[in-house]
Amino acid sequence: MRPMLRLGLVLSLAALLAAILSLVWTPYDVTQMAIAEKLRAPSAAHWAGTDHFGRDIASMLMAGARVSLAVALVAVGIGAGLGVPLGLMAAARRQSWLDELIMRGNDLIFAFPSLVIAILITATFGPSALNAIIAIGIFNIPVFARVARAGALSLWTLDFIRAAQVAGKSRARISAEHILPNIANLLIVQGTIQFSLGILAEAGLSYVGLGAQPPTPSWGRMLAEAQTFVTLAPHVALAPGLAIVLTVLGLNLLGDGLRDALDPRLKGRLT
Amino acid sequence: MRLSLDPSRRAVKLRLMLRYLIKRVLILLLSLFVASLVIFALIEVIPGDPASFMLGLNASEDTLAALRAQMGLDDPLAWRYLRWAGGMATGDFGQSFTYKVPVADLIAARLVVSLPLAVLALVLAVIVALPLGLIAAARRGRLADGTIMAGTQLGIAVPNFWFAMLLVLVFAVHLRLMPAGGFAGWDNPLAALKSLALPAIALALPQGAILARVLRSALIETLGQDYIRTARAKGLGRTRALTAHALRNALIPVLTILGMQFSFLLAGAIIIENVFYLPGLGRLIFQAITQRDLIVVESAVMVLVCAVILVTFLTDLAYAAVDPRLRSRA
Repeated sequence: MRPMLRLGLVLSLAALLAAILSLVWTPYDVTQMAIAEKLRAPSAAHWAGTDHFGRDIASMLMAGARVSLAVALVAVGIGAGLGVPLGLMAAARRQSWLDELIMRGNDLIFAFPSLVIAILITATFGPSALNAIIAIGIFNIPVFARVARAGALSLWTLDFIRAAQVAGKSRARISAEHILPNIANLLIVQGTIQFSLGILAEAGLSYVGLGAQPPTPSWGRMLAEAQTFVTLAPHVALAPGLAIVLTVLGLNLLGDGLRDALDPRLKGRLT
Repeated sequence: MRLSLDPSRRAVKLRLMLRYLIKRVLILLLSLFVASLVIFALIEVIPGDPASFMLGLNASEDTLAALRAQMGLDDPLAWRYLRWAGGMATGDFGQSFTYKVPVADLIAARLVVSLPLAVLALVLAVIVALPLGLIAAARRGRLADGTIMAGTQLGIAVPNFWFAMLLVLVFAVHLRLMPAGGFAGWDNPLAALKSLALPAIALALPQGAILARVLRSALIETLGQDYIRTARAKGLGRTRALTAHALRNALIPVLTILGMQFSFLLAGAIIIENVFYLPGLGRLIFQAITQRDLIVVESAVMVLVCAVILVTFLTDLAYAAVDPRLRSRA
């Protein structure tokens, strides 16, 4: 395995494991405040130190991973779940009014400044992890639709698809049975990229207070709270930032590595 | 040497260009229309009516009625949309509920911060990305390429608001070279630029990293084309092949990304402006949301979306100007 792909896999798995482990165990209770212990530097008792309420930062990072990964993952699910069928439909009826409608709709969503609309959505419907998921998920739809359509279009010209058509299979069945499995690798690669973008978006939203609400820990809000204390105790701001960077980096390396591994023609390109 | 076209071919070319232009303008108008519908609808679906949302639970009936009248909430939906959209089209953005001044004035005052910030960040991103992309492509597979690629990979992964906090910590708190936040105003251009420097650097980092990667892969792709090989075989040096031929063609994908990035920078500044307490458009939207001033939110978001759609439109045109193949294909 290529070293970069391996590094990506290790980093991504570490974040995932931390998130899963936090469901059953964290070193400390993340809601437990201990003012006497506040803003401690990293030590044996608190691996990443404590925050301004004396909460254990390592525990909060683990629980924060859960929120970040869950929000980003479900947002990818929404994007792929709606975008891929739309893309397949557009490709199956190439240059029809349906194709035109889907692609113009895509362009339109692309034209929106996603962050602003996400902020608007979460602000009007009230800040919560769920609304953050929806806001981020909507902007994943056109991405998956485009990737699915582009991949499917090149397949529709191939002989085995023609053969299936001649054999009397419907366009919908061909899309599901023959096209989808063949563009799965493209979708997986795009999925990891959207996953990492989702984590950045979630961090941004919760940084401005529009993500998961207290007491649920989230990386973005940890950074927002740390801002006041950053001069007193820089580690409070360093730890969540590093967690975001390492997770996003891991997913990006994983995506790039998978793309190179799955499709040597695309080597070194960036979508 | 370019051969001159005979008149009939020139007419065809002109017609193609005109058709492309008309199609783009139609898409632009349609995008603006749908965008305004979406924003209007988003504000409409707020639970309760906008007036009670803005005033909160403790508002008296009188104030509620007064605000309803000011916002014209008793009129039919379609009429309200037309009035709002029509007002925006003629420069009347309504009156801010919290600030009691025309929204247009508010937005104008904020744009003089946001626009220079986005331009500054874009310029920074290009200045950094151009040489990095060129070096990486020229030294493909070598140490320099590897280092640059690793660096850009990191640059993409860093959340810009966190990077902004680190910049403040180092340059404002420890070295005391830069202001930690706030905006001095354009009366003193040097101080104003100084207060925009750190936010612009923070915004530029991920964009520059993306740009460098796009430029590198575009360059590598064009370097593999036959005409470059021919030029090289005819004795053209590596560097000249790269800068004279490959760079020009690689600029097309770079241009698209630049257009997208400018709109991202305008909109993405929302969070950075909050980190640095910059009185920009993003911060205005954010403050208006927390103050529940829907009149400002609606119009300010629309202005931002308009700017983004306009930039996309201009990018499309620039794109066609650079690459004639696109004109004829459309």
